Amino acid sequence: MQAGIVSYGAYVPRYRITPAEIGRVWGVDGEAMGQGLNVRRKSVPSPDEDTITISTEALRTALIRGAIDPQQIGALYVGSESHPYAVKPTATVVAQAVGATPNLTAADFEFACKAGTAAIQTCLGMVGAEMIRYGVAIGTDTSQGAPGDALEYSASAGGAAFVLGREHVICKVHRTVSYTTDTPDFWRREGQKYPSHGGRFTGEPAYFRHVTECSHRIMEASGTTAKDYRHVVFHQPNGKFPQRVGKQLGFSDTQMAYGLVTPDIGNTYSGAALIGLANVLDHCGPGERILMVGYGSGAGSDAFDLETTDEIARFDRSFGRPVQWYLEHGVELTYAVYAKFRGKIHMGGE
Amino acid sequence: MREVAVLGVGQTKFGELWDRSFREIGIEAGLQALVDAKLSSADLNGLFLGNMASGSLIDQEHIGPLILDYAGLGRRHLPAVRVEGGGASGALALHQGYLAVASGLYDYVVVGGAEKLTDVPDATATQITSSTADHEWEVVFGATLPALWALVARRHMHLYGTTREQLARVAVHDHQMGSKNPNAHYRNKLTLDQVLGAGPVAEPLGMLDCAPFSDGAAAVVLGPLETARRHTDTPIRIAASQVACDTMALQHRKEFTTLESTVVAAQQAFQHARRAPRDVTVAEIHDAYTISALVALEDLGFVEKGRAGPVFASGQFAGGGALTVNPSGGLKAQGRPFGAVGVAQVVEVVRQLRGEAKDRQIAGATLGLTHDVGGTGATSVVHLLERSN
Repeated sequence: MQAGIVSYGAYVPRYRITPAEIGRVWGVDGEAMGQGLNVRRKSVPSPDEDTITISTEALRTALIRGAIDPQQIGALYVGSESHPYAVKPTATVVAQAVGATPNLTAADFEFACKAGTAAIQTCLGMVGAEMIRYGVAIGTDTSQGAPGDALEYSASAGGAAFVLGREHVICKVHRTVSYTTDTPDFWRREGQKYPSHGGRFTGEPAYFRHVTECSHRIMEASGTTAKDYRHVVFHQPNGKFPQRVGKQLGFSDTQMAYGLVTPDIGNTYSGAALIGLANVLDHCGPGERILMVGYGSGAGSDAFDLETTDEIARFDRSFGRPVQWYLEHGVELTYAVYAKFRGKIHMGGE
Repeated sequence: MREVAVLGVGQTKFGELWDRSFREIGIEAGLQALVDAKLSSADLNGLFLGNMASGSLIDQEHIGPLILDYAGLGRRHLPAVRVEGGGASGALALHQGYLAVASGLYDYVVVGGAEKLTDVPDATATQITSSTADHEWEVVFGATLPALWALVARRHMHLYGTTREQLARVAVHDHQMGSKNPNAHYRNKLTLDQVLGAGPVAEPLGMLDCAPFSDGAAAVVLGPLETARRHTDTPIRIAASQVACDTMALQHRKEFTTLESTVVAAQQAFQHARRAPRDVTVAEIHDAYTISALVALEDLGFVEKGRAGPVFASGQFAGGGALTVNPSGGLKAQGRPFGAVGVAQVVEVVRQLRGEAKDRQIAGATLGLTHDVGGTGATSVVHLLERSN
């Protein structure tokens, strides 16, 4: 049996902040900034949330939806660039929380914004090789931009969990292709609180080159063109980049409609493409072909040629919230409360 | 003093050349110019290289021998001189090359200009380029080049009634011109509304009133006019090469809507060449900011003081008239790799005078002028070039 997606779940923290509110504090026209980025608001984690709690929420939803026994999970990987600990895995806490321990392998992945898709590829290999029954791949982040930096207008929090298996596959993976180079567009060194970036260098030589090349390669290998896909999901550091790359590759707004979630929740980094895919799957019936192309700075793209099966018609999505709910709901914060939540206020005595 | 001619020209594309190094673009432009001049490196007597800030921008000083070395001339033991004059470094290097050949000491020299500005973050580039103004009297108080030029713009508006729209017309013009230049950093056309609606940089200047930071290199080969026909059918004579300086800081000038360095350099150039502004058919002028172009047109003698706004907006410099301005797209559209700008201006004018400018060729181009400015006018360099028959 071919390995594929057997279940999934997504989670986005409930708080939101608008670019206008951020700009108000920094003396910048935040509304124009938001329009330029195509980001209306971004999600903000509460003080008690981190990539462990987000992963756990998303995975619990996935396990219940797919009626999966956590003890049958043979591998659990969490892809993120904001793991709560530099040393001590996120994956073990998540595995324990959902009852998957101790008979599994677990690890944290990091590849900027594409650690989650890398985790999917690893799980596909292990499931396909029949080393394990189920593999769990999670992409999640609570990343931050430095106060006042352009990144602050988009960096948000959220994540999605995908369970890969061979039985009751709701979405087949026809093929996955990667494109990787040493391109230093965005980085955070050990001990640094906020990431650094190469400004406009993050565009053409980084995001656009890798996403475009990887998309071309997978469509060439699969013998497909843009029109063969009902849906397309790109990594979405803002709302503009995926729209532009999609247009360049010949995809229409309709094909991109469900896969683009950043305008309403911001850039969830490792969660971004995966939450987009979860939203697509929320709206899919059987036989719908999907192209997903992730991107991680540093840099690389992972592309997936996917197709939903008849099983998706029987898939119980009633547990947990659909992605659409997170796009439409949320409690807006002032910058002051946001700053407190995100630990940007220096407390006396520290 | 013997007459000097431009025998060959070369230029890289301008823009964000992130996959190319400083030495690579410098060599490309130089080799293009040598090939164009039908000269081999064995004929060369020296290199003059205009560059503003390689030490701050790419952590590399001593770039004269660097370029010679990586061009394969390291063991020829030729003299190589770096020339620095802020944004006017390229034209200043050309002036030095001109003096060397005119004096008779050197026969053939390459004059290059090269800058790699986009390997540092924009804020760093702003800081480094602003050091071409007076650091102690202007920059430490927060002034940047666009801020200082914004003061010039405000004063020009106050004294002469120049409007925001008239400033914006310069950017629209440059992008229209640049759209036909394959080496230009920006080839997109701009509408007046786009320029007026762009985010503010230093009021009244918006983002699209300011030339970009660019990477790029340009080079020319100079030689004695008397033997120029051995190398080219269309030698271009340097009819004048004049440099003038002024106070570093804007506030020490009598009036800052006039760049006296430009006025003096232009007057001396026209006097030397026994020509007048009305004889010029093509001009590449300093338009780092839209206001710079208007002030330059007045200071060079093309337009009466205070009248550049409405005269420029009338469209008479856009081609088809007596004078065409910035057919390359200028600094605004062709790009602004500081030390390369002055040489690239000459490359464009030479191509126009030779009739080799393809889609952007100006009919009947005979006498050309180039105008390069450092800082807010502490250095101005004016060259007059004409086809030698």
